Amino acid sequence: MAEMPEALIELAREFKSMDRTERMEMLIDYADRFVEVPASIATRPFDDRHRAPRCESDAYVWAVETADGGLELQFAVENPQGLSAKAWAAVLTETASGAPPERLAAIDPEVIYDLFGRDLSMGKGQGLMGMLELVHFEAKQRIAAKRGATG
Amino acid sequence: MTDLAARGYARADVLVSTDWVAAHLADPAVRVIESNEDPLLYPSGHIPGAVQVDWAVDLNDQVRRDYLDRAGFEKLMSRIGVTRDSTVVFYGDKNNWWACYAFWVFQLFGHGNARVMDGGRIKWEKEGRALTREGPGIVPTEYEAPPRDDARIRIFRDQVLAHMRAGRKLVDVRSPQEFTGERTHMPEYPQEGVLRGGHIPGARNVPWARAVDPIDGTFRDAAGLRAIYQDEMQLERDEPVVAYCRIGERSSHTWFVLTYLLGFSDVKNYDGSWTEWGNSVGLPIEKS
Repeated sequence: MAEMPEALIELAREFKSMDRTERMEMLIDYADRFVEVPASIATRPFDDRHRAPRCESDAYVWAVETADGGLELQFAVENPQGLSAKAWAAVLTETASGAPPERLAAIDPEVIYDLFGRDLSMGKGQGLMGMLELVHFEAKQRIAAKRGATG
Repeated sequence: MTDLAARGYARADVLVSTDWVAAHLADPAVRVIESNEDPLLYPSGHIPGAVQVDWAVDLNDQVRRDYLDRAGFEKLMSRIGVTRDSTVVFYGDKNNWWACYAFWVFQLFGHGNARVMDGGRIKWEKEGRALTREGPGIVPTEYEAPPRDDARIRIFRDQVLAHMRAGRKLVDVRSPQEFTGERTHMPEYPQEGVLRGGHIPGARNVPWARAVDPIDGTFRDAAGLRAIYQDEMQLERDEPVVAYCRIGERSSHTWFVLTYLLGFSDVKNYDGSWTEWGNSVGLPIEKS
């Protein structure tokens, strides 16, 4: 069974050793590095099929196949106050984008708590989880397609 | 939205505008407090001089399910540089949802000199006003709080049961799906999970955000609020009303609206809310 991307495992480990303030600062740094989906992949109005469920920050997720069989992840966050969504998107971009779909599908939702802490509110948690659900959905679709092609 | 004084509120003085806050940034008698759902917002940039009150770590006892005690409140006030004479002004994300929650907790300790910045953080941002990442440089204060008074604005499960049995008014401020019992919780979030869905029998459903203008995040004027709470929901200003949600945060927003903007005389927030009621053995539940 595939493991989630190594860089994400490593980052989660790093976050676990941080206190709350350090974690917040690190997440803000990630949010600052957030880059929106390029126009070559999607333009407004974004297709609702890419909208993360239950995300109050109006996050959108795209997965584009790369030449080596990986999935490049792209995101948009429409709510200007959606800082956690931007941070989570940037984390996934930097640690998981381009990985094989099997590894993306293996991303454990628990990693959200490792990064954002156990005191994450239910609403916020639901939104971040919704973004991950879309990543899982896209990855599993590609896995199923591959199996179909080789089966 | 119109000038605050012209909106017909029972207590217009409890709201301040973004202009008012901008004009009092250097006022030593005023302490601006940001309270958000998203803990990243304040450190990423806040109103200059504002302090943060974080609902997760500052307002709650970290062991028992309860709010901080008198000593804890005094310590918090000292840390954020508030005296008994300070005017505290709350603002935050999500249409001041969490700002109203912090406001409500402050009222448990009788800090009456409190205001909410109408429109919250999003209005301040949209107006292009200054935000900073610099710490506010607080000098700790001496703050002597009275004992926490839970009787006036807070209500507990057995009291809610008696209130319900007496046929008194309850406002469930959760989403319609939570009210009908269609949705209880997401399986990934057992910390706020609940075993049964539905609502307290007799409760009326008014999702909390209806009190806010969806365009600019400011509170609706008194006529707009009366149309929702009094005309549509048949709540009376002189009747006791209990507001609840899932853990008492959304309902503190409605408590604020009913108490200060519409001048209801006896509104209590049931912070045990659905996570207590829907998990309690034998309590009556209504669906749909």
